[in-house]
Amino acid sequence: MEATVATNEHHSWADDKSEGKPLGASYGKMMMWFFIVSDALTFSAFIIAYGLMRFKFIDAWPIADQVFTHVPFVHGDFPMIYVALMTFVLIASSVTMVLAVDAGHQMKKNKVAWYMLATIIGGMIFVGSQAWEWKTFINGSYGAIQMNDGKIIQFVNEAGHQVALESFVTSHGSERAQHTRNTGLWFVTEAAIPEFTVAEVTEAFKKHPELSIRTEKTDLANKTKQILPRDAGLRYLAEAKAVVNGANLKANEYGKTLFADFFFFITGFHGFHVFSGIVFNIIIFFNVIVGTYEKRKSYEMVEKVGLYWHFVDLVWVFVFTFFYLV
Amino acid sequence: MANTHNTHESHTAIIWKVFGFLSLVTIVEVVLGIIKPASLHLSNFLGTSPLNWIFLILTLVKAYGITWYFMHMKDEKKWFRRSVVWTGVFLISYLMILLLLEGNHIHEMLANYANWDY
Repeated sequence: MEATVATNEHHSWADDKSEGKPLGASYGKMMMWFFIVSDALTFSAFIIAYGLMRFKFIDAWPIADQVFTHVPFVHGDFPMIYVALMTFVLIASSVTMVLAVDAGHQMKKNKVAWYMLATIIGGMIFVGSQAWEWKTFINGSYGAIQMNDGKIIQFVNEAGHQVALESFVTSHGSERAQHTRNTGLWFVTEAAIPEFTVAEVTEAFKKHPELSIRTEKTDLANKTKQILPRDAGLRYLAEAKAVVNGANLKANEYGKTLFADFFFFITGFHGFHVFSGIVFNIIIFFNVIVGTYEKRKSYEMVEKVGLYWHFVDLVWVFVFTFFYLV
Repeated sequence: MANTHNTHESHTAIIWKVFGFLSLVTIVEVVLGIIKPASLHLSNFLGTSPLNWIFLILTLVKAYGITWYFMHMKDEKKWFRRSVVWTGVFLISYLMILLLLEGNHIHEMLANYANWDY
């Protein structure tokens, strides 16, 4: 029967009655901490790689305030607000988690269960918000032109505010039909053909003298993007290659493609951690409800999964700083 | 604390205090990020703007709050704490310093060859 007893966590160092637990920590808690150290090193390597590329292109990196400006159900430019809300949700779910751990120390089963449930809901709200942020970023907001050498140019009005392509370009109908699997080769997929062609955009730009072109280049003295005079803008447009809408791993209407690559990779990796944290929390939540830890007379498992959850919050604090603030 | 099995007093007061503090720091960051006061944003101090230094320091303060009070690092044994914190801080600083210096160097080498004139 001994092999089937699962109410006690049994490890060889628990047998050591002479000196007690190494460093006063249980086996599980210590291993969770060392996993967190290695995971922190993974995350920091990603974020530092982002820093390397950002320093390399320091005079052409997108300005976050011009990229993440949307808030659901509201029109207009509101940089920072939405991501601040997401940060707040994650910190709040960290608090309910630590309250669950605290209730566990006092062996209050119902309180632990309710706080765990609140934590799970907070995590789900965060992942949902992250999905919305991705959707907005992928769809884009204004549209831009990619040049032959890969640089992105955008259109601004006299006040310096960016304008959307559809607000001044008129389409003469697409040059050709979109390729789909049922009309062509079944093993070939094609990205959506942009609504406008480069020729249509150039023609419309010539007709609208109030418009100017904004380049990727940052004026380091006042930290704004360079706005070209009209004639220089037309020379840039002569080098145009494609119309870009939104961001993906190959092109990014907001500027450097690398910015989109790192954004997807790092926030995606973090989002995956939040997702797995939610799964762990749900498992532990049901264990709490069926009374596993009540029988074990210890809620340490809640504490261990809590460590992981706080770590996810900790990583977000850094992602928030490096993608949105600095 | 080392013997968590004997002490069961509630720590909710300090938890809510830390929550209030972290929220306050986040609000300060967001307000500064929206306003971006020119005197802090456009001047230079030790290689970057004072605003960026404020953001970095506030981030580390938040990380401290989360690790010490939410993850209970404060209550762990001193050398357990050090085995985690010192390892992370040392390796991350090492990689960060090397790669950021390298990025800056690459920029200085290549920026002159980037074409901004058509």
